[in-house]
Amino acid sequence: MGKRKEAKLASNWKQLSASGGIIGLLVLVPLITTRTDVITWFYLTLLYIALSQSWNLIGGYAGQLNLGHAAFFGAGALAARYIWLHFGLPLPVAILGGGLAATIFAMIIGLPAFRLKGIYFVIGTLVLAEILRLVFYTILPEADVMPMKLLGTYSLIPRYYLSLLIAVLTVVIIYWISRSRLGLGLMSIREDEDAAEASGVDTQRYKLLAFTISTFLAGLAGGIYAYYSAAFRAGGLFEPVWTFDAVIIVFVGGVGTIVGPIIGSVFFVLLKQILSLYLPGGIHVAVFGVLFIIVVLFLPGGLIELMTKFRKRTSVGEHLH
Amino acid sequence: MIFILVAQTLVNGIQIGAMYGLIAVGLSLTFGVMKILNVAHGEFLMVGGYIAFWLFTLYDIDPLWGLPLIAIALFLLGAAFYQLLFSGLTKFHEEIKMKNTLLVAFGLFLIFPQIARWLWTADERAITPMYSGESFPILGIQCGYVPLCGLVMAVVVILGLHLLLTKTYFGKSVRGTTENWKSAKLMGINVERTYLITFALGAALAGLAGVLVGMTQTVTPDMGMPWTIKALIVLVLAGIGSVGGAFFAGIILGVVESVSAIFMGPYTVALGMGIFLLILMFRPQGLFGKA
Repeated sequence: MGKRKEAKLASNWKQLSASGGIIGLLVLVPLITTRTDVITWFYLTLLYIALSQSWNLIGGYAGQLNLGHAAFFGAGALAARYIWLHFGLPLPVAILGGGLAATIFAMIIGLPAFRLKGIYFVIGTLVLAEILRLVFYTILPEADVMPMKLLGTYSLIPRYYLSLLIAVLTVVIIYWISRSRLGLGLMSIREDEDAAEASGVDTQRYKLLAFTISTFLAGLAGGIYAYYSAAFRAGGLFEPVWTFDAVIIVFVGGVGTIVGPIIGSVFFVLLKQILSLYLPGGIHVAVFGVLFIIVVLFLPGGLIELMTKFRKRTSVGEHLH
Repeated sequence: MIFILVAQTLVNGIQIGAMYGLIAVGLSLTFGVMKILNVAHGEFLMVGGYIAFWLFTLYDIDPLWGLPLIAIALFLLGAAFYQLLFSGLTKFHEEIKMKNTLLVAFGLFLIFPQIARWLWTADERAITPMYSGESFPILGIQCGYVPLCGLVMAVVVILGLHLLLTKTYFGKSVRGTTENWKSAKLMGINVERTYLITFALGAALAGLAGVLVGMTQTVTPDMGMPWTIKALIVLVLAGIGSVGGAFFAGIILGVVESVSAIFMGPYTVALGMGIFLLILMFRPQGLFGKA
């Protein structure tokens, strides 16, 4: 027993130092290179990590297929943009405000929808995001452009660090939840909700908690985009692609794992950039769609499972949790 | 004058609603029978619209004459996709089956628009035979030929479907499978084949609806999702799995939309969805479902 504990500690230590090393390297990126395309690439990857990881909590760990994640990303982005640019408050306040707005919004509109189970939840969230998209295209039809003064001094580097900060924060929070009682409860809900309820898991409260945290993190991810984007149309923030990209990244990477969405995001952005050089835009979505179907049908663990199979690690239990 | 306005609005609403109904019936059929929520339903609709467009522009075949061809093509396409992707998933436990088939359909929904953009470009297409846009007056109400054809077609197709489900052996096997597929299998019904045909029928219905959409509106690679959402709304209004109810719910939605368009303008679409969310929350079994 003592030996196993020791081995576990050592493995934890290894994981921790590896993650620390990666984060350290990521902090150095803008110092090493000044190429904007490279920094943009890193920025996009980090944005997708934050967004897909936030979906992973509700969709991956709790198994509730939320097809309206764009609603919360959009609410966060729009609120952050307004607080920051139009009300002139400092950026950290705006980003936090974006997260809170997404959560409050989830409470008002999402809460009743969350009483819905299974297929009704899927349809309800899908339509919710669609309503918001249409409403915002109608009430805010004009592009929201950064003022000239800000555009003149626009620099990618603070945007990059913000995305790094929020991506790391999101990953840490989800990692912590996945190891907590809450995470265990969520996974039991995913496997069999009735059985979970029967074994004393307060399924409604757990799902609600997961939904709150997930939407808050999605709102923060929206804040990254609000700070980055020079111009956007409000309706565009609620476009279903924000949901769908997150869903395919999570599934292709490895649903219900910490590393899955990270690998998925790197792969997604890489593929998007490479394919857009040779093929008409959007074809990476089709490629990912095919991968997605393959994963659902034949490889439920995603790329992570594939990688662990290759590495032939013996400690199977660790990856199955 | 006000009478004509009201009557005209109602007529328009019923004609649009029949189209909504036709779209939702296919979705309702696949969900009701096999518990597969085919979110790629709108994609089959898009393919139907494009085939009609092709037939019309390349071979000069009138879209209404092309209907049987399109139904057959989409039937085969649906059967192929079912066999390739969905048939392996039907053996799972119901909840897993529902989730995995939904995800596979979601994957299709991602792929189809990209392929369509590659095959047919992103241009908006419309199928415009000679008589499109022409109309005739009844009691001062203008009644377009194309929407009227659509209404007639929708009614004929749905009556046909109703007869198929209630009067034939196949219909019996579908109803048996819907109620309890295990017992149906024990009674000697070929459940696999019933599933295959039902899914293919759903796709064929979507294709037929696609022709109507192409004649009254436009066909684009990204049209799938808005129509899937419309069909989902109708589905929930009717109560999930109720095939007959789906048609009437479609007509109700069409009328509500065209009446509210007078007052609400661009917010009409959001209104339909708002009603939908309310129904979902307070009467999840739908308007025509059993409590």
